[in-house]
Amino acid sequence: MKDLGSETFLRFDDVKKSYDQKNLVVKGFNMDVRDGEFITLLGPSGSGKTTVLMMLAGFESVTSGDIAIAGKSINRTAPYKRNIGMVFQNYALFPHMTVAENLAYPLTVRKMPKAQIKDRVAEYLKLVELSDFGDRRPGQLSGGQRQRVALARAMIFEPTLILMDEPLGALDKNLREQMQFEITRLHKQLGFTVIYVTHDQTEALSMSSRIAVFNDGVVQQCAPPAELYERPSNAFVAGFIGENNFVPGKVTAIQGNTVQVQTDGGTVVAQLAEGLSEGGPCQVSIRPEKLFIHPTTHAYDNALTVRFNTRIYVGDFIRYYFKLPDGTDIIVKVLNDLSAPEFDDGAEAQLLWLASDCIAFPAG
Amino acid sequence: MTDIAPGLIPADARNAAREVRKRKLQAFLFVTPLLVFVIFAFVAPITTMLYRSIHNPTVANLIPDTLVALGDWSGEEIPDDTVLIQFAADMKRMANDRTSGQLADEINRALPGMSSVVKSTARSLRRVDDTEIATNGAALLIEANDRWADPATWSAVKAAGQAYSTSYYLTSVDLERGPDGNIVQRDTQIYVKLYTKTLRMALIITVLTILLGYPLAFYMAHASDSMANFLMVFVLLPFWTSLLVRTTAWIALLQTNGVVNSTLLAIGITDQPLELLYTQFSTILAMTHILLPFMVLPLYAVMRGIDQSYMRAAMSMGSKPLGAWYKIYLPMSLPGLSAGALLVFIISVGYYITPALVGGTDGQMISNIIAFHMQQSNNWELAAALGSLLLVLILVLYWLFDRFVGTDNIKLG
Ligand SMILES: Nc1ncnc2c1ncn2[C@@H]1O[C@H](COP(=O)(O)OP(=O)(O)O)[C@@H](O)[C@H]1O
Ligand SMILES: [Mg+2]
Repeated sequence: MKDLGSETFLRFDDVKKSYDQKNLVVKGFNMDVRDGEFITLLGPSGSGKTTVLMMLAGFESVTSGDIAIAGKSINRTAPYKRNIGMVFQNYALFPHMTVAENLAYPLTVRKMPKAQIKDRVAEYLKLVELSDFGDRRPGQLSGGQRQRVALARAMIFEPTLILMDEPLGALDKNLREQMQFEITRLHKQLGFTVIYVTHDQTEALSMSSRIAVFNDGVVQQCAPPAELYERPSNAFVAGFIGENNFVPGKVTAIQGNTVQVQTDGGTVVAQLAEGLSEGGPCQVSIRPEKLFIHPTTHAYDNALTVRFNTRIYVGDFIRYYFKLPDGTDIIVKVLNDLSAPEFDDGAEAQLLWLASDCIAFPAG
Repeated sequence: MTDIAPGLIPADARNAAREVRKRKLQAFLFVTPLLVFVIFAFVAPITTMLYRSIHNPTVANLIPDTLVALGDWSGEEIPDDTVLIQFAADMKRMANDRTSGQLADEINRALPGMSSVVKSTARSLRRVDDTEIATNGAALLIEANDRWADPATWSAVKAAGQAYSTSYYLTSVDLERGPDGNIVQRDTQIYVKLYTKTLRMALIITVLTILLGYPLAFYMAHASDSMANFLMVFVLLPFWTSLLVRTTAWIALLQTNGVVNSTLLAIGITDQPLELLYTQFSTILAMTHILLPFMVLPLYAVMRGIDQSYMRAAMSMGSKPLGAWYKIYLPMSLPGLSAGALLVFIISVGYYITPALVGGTDGQMISNIIAFHMQQSNNWELAAALGSLLLVLILVLYWLFDRFVGTDNIKLG
């Protein structure tokens, strides 16, 4: 893998977009992307991810703000001069051309000599393991094969930046995992920069160097996958990435990096998030897999008394549903082994966890 | 007994067979109206037309005996007296049956000017005694009109007497059989010119509808739904008004003191009204307007299915918009373009009303002359031959189209 450049390759500077002159679809988007990074824009449908991508590719105008590549603004550069590869959700393979002709298209446009084109097409067909399929039409390929052709076509003219808009959305689960692997492999092998759009968080978590969580036209947090999962910077991210329990409470004391919270089930200690003030309302987020049911051999700092509601057998683990006195649901994931306890309906239980595994966010 | 798969007892097989029969019957009932229409309104009339264009038994039925007698005539000089006497007898019979007019029309077609000859001869022979004709018929005939002494006249009679003949097809392409039986050019060259003019006008109309329709369909296909629906109303508007109204509107616009001319005069572009109506120009203009929907609809339907990501993909790969359109969009929209072009071309080749109303003499197309032969000159055989030739022409063009573009490249939506 290529070393990540230290300086910024692509910069979004307070980019805004409005389609109808009334509402902003993208509200002040800021991001610095280094050379060779795999950046994912992750967010619910309609949050403006495609719009950002289209502005970057030049198919939508920027309402205000600036997009710069290698320090130069590209706001006014025509799409065909941007040298940005693109993979579309529907692949957009040209149906009247063979696979080889599809791959040759960007090279022909660049007036590359014929012999060279042929070699390059063969090389990229091999790269995506489709060497025998050059003479087929896109219509004669399976979904996964089309996806790989689309990838090869976006890479073949060696753009420094490749954009992918939900490229795996149309594939079934197995194929999707296989293609995630494939894309990661090609990214490592060839070292281009990727801006990847998805609403699937597993996809985002497993592929990206950094993920920008998008909501409502604003980036909520942009961080590497582990940090996003372990240290979400606000309640939206905590709830959007993975599963989370939210226990409502009141801040009683703030000590350095930790905070004491008074909840209905007892006092707990949590990590401090931005925007908390002593005496203010808050919610403590804890991942279901970080909670343990008493008795446990795991270390713990916090304990909460809850009532058992129901449990659902999932297979490799069991999901327990508890209720706080105020009615809030708490989910606990327990590995399906001998230690998984049984409860009577409405029985009392104690949930235990480490203070470092929970974060207190201001109540929104 | 047919083979029965293991586990399928005869009763099951019978049930399955009954089910299949029922489905077939249903399918047949669904398409019956279409079949009936095709057979009665398409296959039957066209077959009759094709037959009629080569089969004309009128003369053969009127003077069968004369024609038999003419059978071994050399064609060089006046036929034998037996022929003339037989013909005189036939003429007398026809004069009394009042069928001599039919003979006059038919022979006149073979040899112009014969109509009055036949009619006057029939008149003068009507009251002559049968025995007189039997003995002196030949002299009486030549006395009635000396053209009966001309071998050319008899050639015409013999030619007109053939029940099956290709002469109408020859006429359709401005040829005729000379006295010696060779095929020669006719003196008047009408039909080939008319066919070429018809094809040329149809081609111009097709090109014009493409030029006007393609950008419109493109814009509509990629505009918002509400905009597309709004424009679609305008495209379809001509379909909701009568063809006559639309054509007459053009008359109002183009006539000597019509809207266009008065505007041109008012702004001083000309100081004399232009000849706009009753020209090829007005025919092409009106037909382009009338046939535009036939171009826009299939184009729109096909373009609607072309996602904008194709053009975007092409441009992201470095292609300029025009190049991307030419290499990507045009081939993808070709099925609609083919369908539209074929539709407009074929409809305009056979178009009748508009050229008849706004075409004048200059803007007439082949259909107008076919109609003329059916309604005014009563030459149904020639009309049939001209029509058949038109049909063949269109089939050939369709075949060429299939060769070079491919009919599987046609899509109406
Ligand atoms: N071409 C457009 N014209 C008007 N509104 C649009 C257009 N494209 C997207 N939008 C609106 O912008 C918002 C964001 O859309 P989009 O960027 O496609 O979101 P995402 O890709 O995250 O699902 C949506 O509310 C959508 O309706
Ligand atoms: Mg999208």
